Amino acid sequence: MQLLQTIFLRLITTAVTLFGVAVIVFVVIRIVPGNPIAMMLPPGATEADIARLSALYGLDKSIPEQFAIWSGGVLRGDFGTSITTRQPVLGLVLGRLPATLELAIMALVMAVLIGGVMALTGTRLRGTRSEGAIDVANGMALSIPDFLWGLVLILAFGVLLPVFHISGRITPSLQLPFSTNFYLFESLVRLRFDLWADIVSHMFLPALALAIPLSAVIGQLLKQSLKETMHLDYVTLSRTKGYGENHVILHEALPNAILPTLTLIGVQFTFLIGGTVIIERLFSYEGLGNLAIDAVINRDLPLIQGIVILFAAIFTVVNLVVDLLYATLNPRLRHA
Amino acid sequence: MSYLSIRDLELRLKGGGRLLRRVSLEVARGEVHGLVGESGAGKSMIGKAVLGTLPRSVEIVSGQILLDGTDVLAMHPAARRRLIGATCALIPQDPLTALNPAHRVGPQITDRLVDILRWPRAKAEARARELLAEVQIAEPERVMRSYPHELSGGMRQRILIASAFAAEPKLIVADEPTTALDVTVQKQILKLIKAMQERHGTALLFVTHDLGVVSKICQRLSVLYAGMVVEDTDVRTFFRAPRHPYSRALLAATPKYTDPTHSLTPVPEAVIATVRAEVAEADRRAGA
Ligand SMILES: Nc1ncnc2c1ncn2[C@@H]1O[C@H](COP(=O)(O)OP(=O)(O)OP(=O)(O)O)[C@@H](O)[C@H]1O
Ligand SMILES: [Mg+2]
Repeated sequence: MQLLQTIFLRLITTAVTLFGVAVIVFVVIRIVPGNPIAMMLPPGATEADIARLSALYGLDKSIPEQFAIWSGGVLRGDFGTSITTRQPVLGLVLGRLPATLELAIMALVMAVLIGGVMALTGTRLRGTRSEGAIDVANGMALSIPDFLWGLVLILAFGVLLPVFHISGRITPSLQLPFSTNFYLFESLVRLRFDLWADIVSHMFLPALALAIPLSAVIGQLLKQSLKETMHLDYVTLSRTKGYGENHVILHEALPNAILPTLTLIGVQFTFLIGGTVIIERLFSYEGLGNLAIDAVINRDLPLIQGIVILFAAIFTVVNLVVDLLYATLNPRLRHA
Repeated sequence: MSYLSIRDLELRLKGGGRLLRRVSLEVARGEVHGLVGESGAGKSMIGKAVLGTLPRSVEIVSGQILLDGTDVLAMHPAARRRLIGATCALIPQDPLTALNPAHRVGPQITDRLVDILRWPRAKAEARARELLAEVQIAEPERVMRSYPHELSGGMRQRILIASAFAAEPKLIVADEPTTALDVTVQKQILKLIKAMQERHGTALLFVTHDLGVVSKICQRLSVLYAGMVVEDTDVRTFFRAPRHPYSRALLAATPKYTDPTHSLTPVPEAVIATVRAEVAEADRRAGA
């Protein structure tokens, strides 16, 4: 019951948030300079041509009027038509979404694995020089932003030691039997491991670039919480029962120490999705981020709106999922 | 022969001063041995040294800790851990922090039996139900399925006591097991520990500030000052005729044994000076 109530409340706040985001974006992209219509037309087009096309896209109306028309469409599931490609915005965005989701989730999994292993090893080796080394590595990972890691990785594993692909999502010459755009997932389901390997080889470096700074944040916080937990009475009691260090860390300390990290991952995951915009550009990866940058360059107003709303929706869903996970993992909240 | 025997145990803070000064004490099978002394005297350190849970900042300089004649300090750490898990147990001070909030109560009683002693799970669970009934917990089944935060402090201490007796240990270390509880619950818990200890014939090393408690449940006691045992004797002798001036002062400071209407008499300066001189003398001899 509690849970349903929570979800219901969150859905309402989500709707309000999305509305606010829509208004802000709508207004901002219309008051910044740059006319999308002028950019579409060949040089030499007359004022009359521009006015005619503007009217076609409804851009001659006042901003509140435009917003009313647009939001009316959104409520019917119509996000408008992209000015540059002349395709429905919803179709374009949903077509690119799987690529970005797969990249973000792969990056998240990598970050959790790397950060988790760092934190656990650091805790196991606390007080030794190896712990210091892990802290230094963490600090380095943290002080360099994801797109610079992207450049470093491109140089290291794409150019100097070319073991991974550094451009695109899949080798273009391959025949694709896919019926969805979730290539990574679908290649697994279809047991096409050849394609899967090719896709992973394309995703690995961009995902790693996104994962490195996040893994450092996760590693630091988790290790900190673990070390604090290791002093608690129930951990000591468990030692007197005959348990060794590994059991004590994994079974007694970790389930409690992981809670703050989980919240952090929720917050950071939204940053990570934001980070895909530049990383996708860097690796010419055909996801939402790349689409967003093209849309901004071309002043493709309907497309920008659609993408921003979708990003905002993803952020809120992620936060909701994290909150629910947190409630399941923390027995104190579950029964409260 | 005594079950636990500590011989000349010397602990030091890494890169710092002495924490225990050649502490020796013996606890016979089935005997309750009190450890008293002011805060910081090193009572808990003795318990931690026995159970192998000393903080990393503390090092064992010398001495022996014999369990049934085996020097555990000379054992391989993993083997020592298993031996202690199988033969000793701890009743901790604060029941609110000694149960893991992430796990249900049942597994926290049965874990040692299943993982360390390799009992079948069903047998361990039956044993846990039996023990919970023994510590007077109604509805053992429900309690085992509960999380710690759903239970009161007194309940949790009963659970910890049940857990300590689960593997029929030969020795239990109880470190001020009632100080964190309500005064009304303290007496019940103390009685319970004593009853369980007698029924199971367990040796008990009982850390406390309270000489009143010592007189009720201990057969012997050691008085500690600054990590040094100043008196080690049986309880009757102690309360009739304490030998050391510090012991006498402690006794005088315990209201029950003088005049209950009297306020506490602090340990006199002169006595502190005497015992400090003894500590300094011991340090000088250890240094020489
Ligand atoms: N984790 C630790 N690291 C370093 N020194 C410690 C640590 N814990 C305690 N000490 C020091 O060791 C000495 C003995 O502490 P111990 O906990 O054994 O005292 P105690 O007799 O149990 O006192 P109390 O009655 O307050 O529990 C004290 O001087 C204390 O400052
Ligand atoms: Mg203590």
